[in-house]
Amino acid sequence: MKGNKRDFWLTVIVLTLFAALVILTQTGAVAFIDSYQIHILNLCAIYTILGLSMNLVNGFTGLFSLGQAGFMAIGAYVTALLIMAPDVKEQVFYVEPIEPWLGALQCPFWLALLAGGMLSAVVAFFIGFPVLRLRGDYLAIATLGFAEIIRIIFLNTQTLTNGSMGVKSIPPTANLLWCFGIAALMVLFMLRLIHSSYGRAFKAIRDDEIAAEAMGINLFKHKMYSFILSAFIAGVGGGLMASVVSAITPNLFRFTLAYDILLIVVLGGMGSITGTVVAAFVITAAKEWLRWLDEGFSIGPLTVPEIPGLRMVIFSVLLMGIILFYRQGFFGSKEFSWHGLFAFVRELPRRIGRLFHRDKKEAA
Amino acid sequence: MGNTILRTEHATMRFGGVTAVNDFNLEVGRNEIVAIIGPNGAGKTTAFNLITGVYTPTEGKVFFTPGRSDEAKPVDITGRKADAITRMGMARTFQNIRLFKTQTVYENILIGQHLHVKAGLFSSVTGLAYKEERAMRKKADDLIELLGLAHVRDELCTSLPYGQQRRLEIARALATDPTLLLLDEPAAGMNPQETVELTGFIREIKEQFALSVLMIEHHMDLVMDISERIYVLDFGQTIATGTPAEIQNDSRVIEAYLGVDTDAED
Repeated sequence: MKGNKRDFWLTVIVLTLFAALVILTQTGAVAFIDSYQIHILNLCAIYTILGLSMNLVNGFTGLFSLGQAGFMAIGAYVTALLIMAPDVKEQVFYVEPIEPWLGALQCPFWLALLAGGMLSAVVAFFIGFPVLRLRGDYLAIATLGFAEIIRIIFLNTQTLTNGSMGVKSIPPTANLLWCFGIAALMVLFMLRLIHSSYGRAFKAIRDDEIAAEAMGINLFKHKMYSFILSAFIAGVGGGLMASVVSAITPNLFRFTLAYDILLIVVLGGMGSITGTVVAAFVITAAKEWLRWLDEGFSIGPLTVPEIPGLRMVIFSVLLMGIILFYRQGFFGSKEFSWHGLFAFVRELPRRIGRLFHRDKKEAA
Repeated sequence: MGNTILRTEHATMRFGGVTAVNDFNLEVGRNEIVAIIGPNGAGKTTAFNLITGVYTPTEGKVFFTPGRSDEAKPVDITGRKADAITRMGMARTFQNIRLFKTQTVYENILIGQHLHVKAGLFSSVTGLAYKEERAMRKKADDLIELLGLAHVRDELCTSLPYGQQRRLEIARALATDPTLLLLDEPAAGMNPQETVELTGFIREIKEQFALSVLMIEHHMDLVMDISERIYVLDFGQTIATGTPAEIQNDSRVIEAYLGVDTDAED
């Protein structure tokens, strides 16, 4: 019980410090973080949300679903079109005017995010009926197909989405507070969900469908819950993304986006919320940091010309490496705990010691 | 018989041209222990799967009487889904243990109670249903205590010795509050000592939870020891029914097991 109290206060202190840091950064009081870095941090938080969405379905419920890009697209477009001012929309839709009812509609950011998430969830409900009867690879193919269908629809509904030209000049309402606030909310929601009876049922389905059904768990209903919640989270993440990047086109939501998120989930550990959060930050930041790879560089006599996309090759290799040698990812299905952290720190000197010891042995 | 909890009428299961179970008429009374025996491939597990809703019988019907009251009427459960049947009060274990492998003993038992959750997803996640959650946890702990699993409560279920995994699977089935327990080869892979323990264990829980038990088993000592009636299947046909003593002296049963006379088969 004593440990519990300590952990509680540690958590409160860390979260307060973190919140203070986010607020100070937002107000510009932290001078060493420039607007570019703030942009990256926003993306980190958004990828955390998207990673959680995918981990819920893939990691916790064991459904191999790759439809995230489609749900994000729905959330992104709904949010974007709801927060833009009517006159801005008129300018953006210059080829064909926007539907009058949609053009006049404007609402606060939080409501727009909620609407985006809700519409994603509704769409998930309807496609869930046919799709959730499938298993394994078939489910992956069907959901991937769904995401592509959404993209193609958005490319062709000129008066609703402005087609391939996309939507520009989306108000940059989503700042650090929004992104980190919602990410924190989603982490909290996931923690509560996983430790609720429904969360346990999801994990039971993942571990053994036949046994779960024999335990009286309605498979279809619970898969549907998981799928809908995941779509809602992805929709909200998409909405934040729209506001952060300020311009969206349907091609932003290609199916490769699902792989980016999948990399986060797999690297962090399927079924670990901690893993998803850590991996989202690591991968999003690394993706920016590795930009120099694309611009051409030279290592001694070796000169690599400018190859756009080279950094993505690194990530593909990384993904293959994880799948082959380190399938459980950073955290496996474990979660962060203070106890675990302290034990790790305590063990650290010995671990490092062992590393040297082994080296010596091999040298001898 | 007004006291029947489970009854199958002419239950038949065909897979293409193969008749796995043919015209199976089973009756399990309240608080009775009934066993289904038979050589490998006799259709015992198929019969189980027909009853528990994994398969829908090609022909025939399955009736189950839910609840514990004497006035309860049998319900036709033919073709209902497995989870719906479990919610009516029929729980089962599996021939090859099917525990939730990534979870602890405690969590496995908690999942067994999910079917009784009244709270919706929302109130469950927000903590509005904390009373229900607390009651579930309490009940899981009580069950663990009662079934002698307390010392391994927080261990990963796969780290348990084989015999205890079997016991845990039964515990998990009990967590669903069944009136009828179906055990698919509960003593499979157990040594004689463990089998004796299991026999006592099944008797105990039968009394404690006021259960009816239907089981498939190969260990004859276990079957003869605790079952009140036995059904013998061979090639999908019911070749004999009766008390253990009757079955032991039945010539057709001896033939089926020892395979003395090949002409006896059609």
